[in-house]
Amino acid sequence: MPYPANYRYTREHEWISVEGSIGTIGITDYAQKSLGDIVYVDVPKVGDKVTAHGTFGSVESVKAVSDLYCPVSGTVTAVNDELKTSPDRINEDAHSAWIIKVELSDPAELDKLLDAAAYEAFVMEETAA
Amino acid sequence: MTQESKYMSNRRSVGKVRPHPTQNEALMFEKSAPGKRACKMPPLDVPAVDPASLLGADVRREAGLLPELSEIEIIRHFTRLSTWNYAIDLGMYPLGSCTMKYNPRVNEVVARIPGLAEAHPYRIRSHAQGILEIIDLLQRCLLEITGMDAITLQPAAGAHGEMTGILLVRAWHESQGRPRKKVIIPDSAHGTNPATAAICGYAVENLRSNAVGGIDLEALARQVDEDTAALMLTNPSTLGVFENEIHRIADILHARGALLYMDGANMNALVGKVRPGDFGVDVMHLNLHKTFSTPHGGGGPGSGPVACKAFLEPFLPIPVLVSEADGTRRWDYKRAQSIGRVRAYYGNVGMFIRALAYILANGPDGLRQTTEDAVLNANYIRKKLEDVYELPYRTPSMHEVVFSDRKQAAKGVKTGDIAKRLIDYGFHPYTVSFPLIVPGALMIEPTESESVQELDLFIDAMRSIAREVDEDPELVKTAPHSTRVSRLDEVQAARKPVLRWRPASQ
Repeated sequence: MPYPANYRYTREHEWISVEGSIGTIGITDYAQKSLGDIVYVDVPKVGDKVTAHGTFGSVESVKAVSDLYCPVSGTVTAVNDELKTSPDRINEDAHSAWIIKVELSDPAELDKLLDAAAYEAFVMEETAA
Repeated sequence: MTQESKYMSNRRSVGKVRPHPTQNEALMFEKSAPGKRACKMPPLDVPAVDPASLLGADVRREAGLLPELSEIEIIRHFTRLSTWNYAIDLGMYPLGSCTMKYNPRVNEVVARIPGLAEAHPYRIRSHAQGILEIIDLLQRCLLEITGMDAITLQPAAGAHGEMTGILLVRAWHESQGRPRKKVIIPDSAHGTNPATAAICGYAVENLRSNAVGGIDLEALARQVDEDTAALMLTNPSTLGVFENEIHRIADILHARGALLYMDGANMNALVGKVRPGDFGVDVMHLNLHKTFSTPHGGGGPGSGPVACKAFLEPFLPIPVLVSEADGTRRWDYKRAQSIGRVRAYYGNVGMFIRALAYILANGPDGLRQTTEDAVLNANYIRKKLEDVYELPYRTPSMHEVVFSDRKQAAKGVKTGDIAKRLIDYGFHPYTVSFPLIVPGALMIEPTESESVQELDLFIDAMRSIAREVDEDPELVKTAPHSTRVSRLDEVQAARKPVLRWRPASQ
């Protein structure tokens, strides 16, 4: 699955898509493939503060529980309730199954993230290692 | 549809479809019929009391829904269920990182001596000197084995020991002025390590392993700062790799006032060879139910003693065992800096007796031999399988070996499939998909308990499965085939778990 060119990516395999001051955050297709069948997603509450590189929740698959790292700092404005009952949505289409939306407090943080090409190269490196 | 699955789908309509009674067992609730009893009570010979007069509004108005069965039905039920188990007494249990070694029968004999088995924690001190001596002797043996200065046997399992250990770290930092903020944990760690740090109020910082599966000293040096409370390190790591630079790791931490916590889950590779206390560890836990042969994997309870250096001793949980001038022993509760109790009474004393029996039966040379045999067995498996299963880290193995499913994944067969197929060959699966730094991990720990004949059977099975992956991958992907039930839907079980039986009417 191609990595959308208008998204930005973390080295911990989250993506963020920004419109105005709101960033929509999920995990990448590579992340969902490595995790396998996702059975539970633990998310913050609307209004919670999140920080760049800080954890904002976790995803549980049949293999492991993995922390979710936030690409940016800000305040949670929405969580995707659909994942409560259908965590498999992430396995079906990781790049559309968003997890949280965040009001960015420092848009400059976006510049530190990877673009699609750089992320793809990073994944190649990870899988080759 | 195979013959097997046809039978399975008939199970609801036909009461008994399998040839052997142990293959077909309903829940107790389903077998229940009103009025069946397993015992007959004698007539009441004391005045009857109305429960409501004692309990008031709390009195139960409807009888609880409990199954009603005769004694033989209960006996058969549990006996049948017990035959579904796989156990170390049935065959090899190569569950990596779990050290599923044999639990010697002599341990059980000793632990059942009535004077020990029936000792009450509230018996008076003069009557408890025997069992206190046993506890004291075990403590001294474990201190000698680990090279540490002080110990508590209270924690009831490994993760409980971790928590106790990190609470000691926190208490010490607090006594130095502030608790600090974070604990560094390598990506090869046991999952309990980050959970422990978090529950003790620390932020967790991940440390990436280097190319040989060890700690990257330069990365560590960059990461350790004045906010670092400790590094939690498993040595040997979950890759079965010994950290050769452990003393330098300790130096980096100590230079910045941080402490080195060692997860002792893999002590089976070190006992009698090296001592954590000598290579710079400040505090560690042991798993008596792994390294020292007490039962686990459902046979527990566990026991996770925590050993520390002298400067942490004032913070140990109360009570601490002390010796009096007259040679008797007592529990000391008056310790101002103690983190408090971490468990009722003194821990799982029955496990102390078993562990001490194991230590004394083996003696120093025997324990050393045990370690050597555990490492030899793991390396024997490594050598015999490395041409058919990919070895992601070529660093020498200690007590366990980690392969990856890379070669088999090319045919669509994953580590979990190979593990299921191993069940058909009569072995308990190895540890699947752990450690996480190896994609598709097969983590195999034979322990010292296995003879070369049993190891060869296991190796034959693993090689045979590798052949099957080449010739007929579907056979492996749909395994197991010889079991009471075929492959279970683990995803559905996790997403929509059915946690309890409910009457049909609900």
